[in-house]
Amino acid sequence: MEAPRTLFEKIWDDHVVRPETADTPAVLYVDLHLVHEVTSPQAFAELRNRGVGVRRPDLTLATMDHSTPTTPRSRGRLQVLDSQAATQLAQLETNCDQYGIRLFGLEDTRQGIVHVIGPEQGLTQPGMTIVCGDSHTSTHGAFGALAFGIGTSEVGYVLATQTLLQRKPRNMEVRIDGVLPRGVTAKDIILAVIARIGIGGATGHVLEYTGSAIRSLSMEERMTICNMSIEAGARAGLVAPDDTTFEYIAGRPYAPAGADWDAAIARWRALAGNDGASYDLSVQLDAAELAPMITFGTNPSMAIPIDGCVPEPTRARTGAERADLDKALRYMALDPGQPLLGHAVDVVFVGSCTNSRISDLRQAATVMRGRRVAPGVRMLVVPGSQLVKREAEAEGLDLVFKEAGAEWREAGCSMCIAMNGDQLQPGQSAVSTSNRNFEGRQGKGGRTFLASPLTAAATAVTGAIADVRTLS
Amino acid sequence: MTTTAIEPFTMLVSTCVVLPAENVDTDQIIPARFLKTVDRRGLGANLFSDWRVDDQGRPRPDFPLNSPEASEAAILVAGHNFGCGSSREHAPWALLDFGFRAVISTGFADIFRNNALKNGLLPVALSPDAHATLLQVLTASPRTEVTIDLRSQTVTFPHPPSPIPHPFRIDPFARHCLLNGVDELGFLLEADDAIAAYESTHPPRVRTC
Repeated sequence: MEAPRTLFEKIWDDHVVRPETADTPAVLYVDLHLVHEVTSPQAFAELRNRGVGVRRPDLTLATMDHSTPTTPRSRGRLQVLDSQAATQLAQLETNCDQYGIRLFGLEDTRQGIVHVIGPEQGLTQPGMTIVCGDSHTSTHGAFGALAFGIGTSEVGYVLATQTLLQRKPRNMEVRIDGVLPRGVTAKDIILAVIARIGIGGATGHVLEYTGSAIRSLSMEERMTICNMSIEAGARAGLVAPDDTTFEYIAGRPYAPAGADWDAAIARWRALAGNDGASYDLSVQLDAAELAPMITFGTNPSMAIPIDGCVPEPTRARTGAERADLDKALRYMALDPGQPLLGHAVDVVFVGSCTNSRISDLRQAATVMRGRRVAPGVRMLVVPGSQLVKREAEAEGLDLVFKEAGAEWREAGCSMCIAMNGDQLQPGQSAVSTSNRNFEGRQGKGGRTFLASPLTAAATAVTGAIADVRTLS
Repeated sequence: MTTTAIEPFTMLVSTCVVLPAENVDTDQIIPARFLKTVDRRGLGANLFSDWRVDDQGRPRPDFPLNSPEASEAAILVAGHNFGCGSSREHAPWALLDFGFRAVISTGFADIFRNNALKNGLLPVALSPDAHATLLQVLTASPRTEVTIDLRSQTVTFPHPPSPIPHPFRIDPFARHCLLNGVDELGFLLEADDAIAAYESTHPPRVRTC
C-alpha cells in the first residue's frame, strides 16, 4: 500500500523531473510562470547573453503592476511620467514580443496585480506548480497549487528550461478550527498566525492551512491568508482544493471546459492529503478567540489585537528581541504600553495583492457607505485588476468611495511598494491593507499599520485607528 | 555545456562590518524605489540607503557601513533571519556591488539565500554560540580578520588562546557550484533530455497562448 501523503507531497512528487540526491537538488517542473516588469529585465538580458531562448512561452504570462502609476487615465490611456519606469515597461513589451510571451499590458483590460489576475483568469488551478519573481506568489496556494517566489536568476532558469533546482521543503500544518467572531476576517487570521509563528518561524517550510475555519472561507479570503505565508518565512502556503475552489474556477477564461472539466475535477479531488499523512510541524489556533488584528511594529509578526496595547520591550524573551522591539517602537514613534485605538493616521490604503479583490472592496464599502473620510486623512482605494475595477464600478462601489472623499485609482501594486508614485511622506502614518510594514516600505520615513479592509475603512472615517466592531 | 558564469569562491580572508540587527529585510538592503533599473550593476551606491543617509542625503556617521574601515571589508556580520521579505535579487546584487563576498548570520530567509548563492555571495549560518563569540571578538577588536574556508566549511577568527574553526552547513550542490564557479543554468540546460521526457508524459495544465 502507498504511504499516505500530504497535499504538498503529492504536488511535489508529480513535478519531479529528476529526483534529488545528496549531491544535487531535485529538478522540478514549473506549470505556470508569471512575469512582471521589475524582476525580469536582467533575466531576459541573461538569456540573450547566452544565446538561449524561452522554452515554453505557452506556459508563461506577463503583466505590468509594480512600477505602474495608478493615477486616473487620460482619454483611456495611462500616463507613465517616470522615465525609468517607462523604460522598464517598454523593455517588458520588447521582451514579450521577441520571445512570443503573452502580455497583459497597460492597455489590456485583463491587466492587474500578477497575483490577482492569475486566479481571476482561471490560470491558477489545483495541483499546479506556479512561480513568479515575487515573494507573494504564495497567494496562488489558496487553490492547492504549489506556488512560490523566486529571484531573477531563477526567472531566467525557468524561461530557459521551465524547471528549477529545489531541495524539498519541510511541511507545516496551520490548523484553524472554529467560527470567526463578527468583524474578524481572513486578514486577521493570517496576522494572528504570523504573530504566533514569528517572522522567520516558517523558514524552510511549506504551510498547509487546515481546519473548519479555513474550509468555511471564500477563495478570496483563502488568497489573503496564503498571500502572507512568506511573512512568516514560509516558501509557500496551501489550502486543499474543495467545492469552493471548483466553483470559483468554473467558467473562467482559462478554466477547463466540457469533458476536460470533469477530468480536472476528478484529478483535483484526489489532491487532498491522505488520512494518516503527517506534517513535520503543526500549530493550532481557535478562530473563536481571534479579534481584529493590527501591526504596531516594523515587521508583520509585530501584531496585536486592535484593542490591545503596544508590548513592553522589557518583557521580551531575549536581548535581540528586545533590541528589535525598541528599534521598531522608535521608528513607529510609539510608547510601550500605549493603546493603538485612537492613534491618529494621515493615510489609509486599501489595495495590494493581499486585499484588493472585489470582496475586499465590498467590505470596505460597507463601512464607508453614508460616511465621510475624516478631515485631514487621505484614503486611496486601488483595485487589484482592471476587471476588479470594472466589477466594482458596475456595483457602484466607486461612487461609495468617491462620495466618502476617497481616491478611486487604477489597478496596480500602488502604495504597497512605493515605487510607482503612490507613497507616504516622511513621518506620515498609514493603516494599510497591504502585507509589509518594514521601515520605509510605503515611502521613506513612512509608518505602516497593517490591518484588514474593515479596520482600514473604520480608521478612514474616524481619522484614527478604530475598531470596526464598535464603530458608531 | 557547463558555463562558468560566477566567480569561484574558495577562501575569503577579510575584516568585517557588523550590523547586529535581527530580521534585516530586503526593503532595507535595497529600497523598492531603486528597483526601476534594468541593470544588475550599480546598486551598491544605494545599499541600505535609508539607514546610510539622512533626509538631506548626508551619510549618518553612526551607521556601520559609513565607517572608514567598511570599504575594505568583504564580510558583513548580521543578526538572525537576514534577508527576509521580498524576493528581489537586487539585494545580493547591491551587497556584491558594494564589495561584500559573504554574509555571516545565524540564519537566512530562503529566497535571499538562494539568490545570494546564485551570484557568488556566500551566506554563512553559524551556530548562535559561534556567532555570539564572533560578535564579542569584533566588538573588542573591530579590525579582526576573519577567514571563511568553503572547502572545509569553517569560519576561523583569532580567539585566545587559539583560534577555533567554527563549522557551517551549506547545501553540497551550492558548495560545488561556488567552488567551481558553475552556475545552475548550465546544469539545468544539460538536463534537457530529462525535461523533454517529462513533458512528453505530462501535458500542459493550462496554456497561456
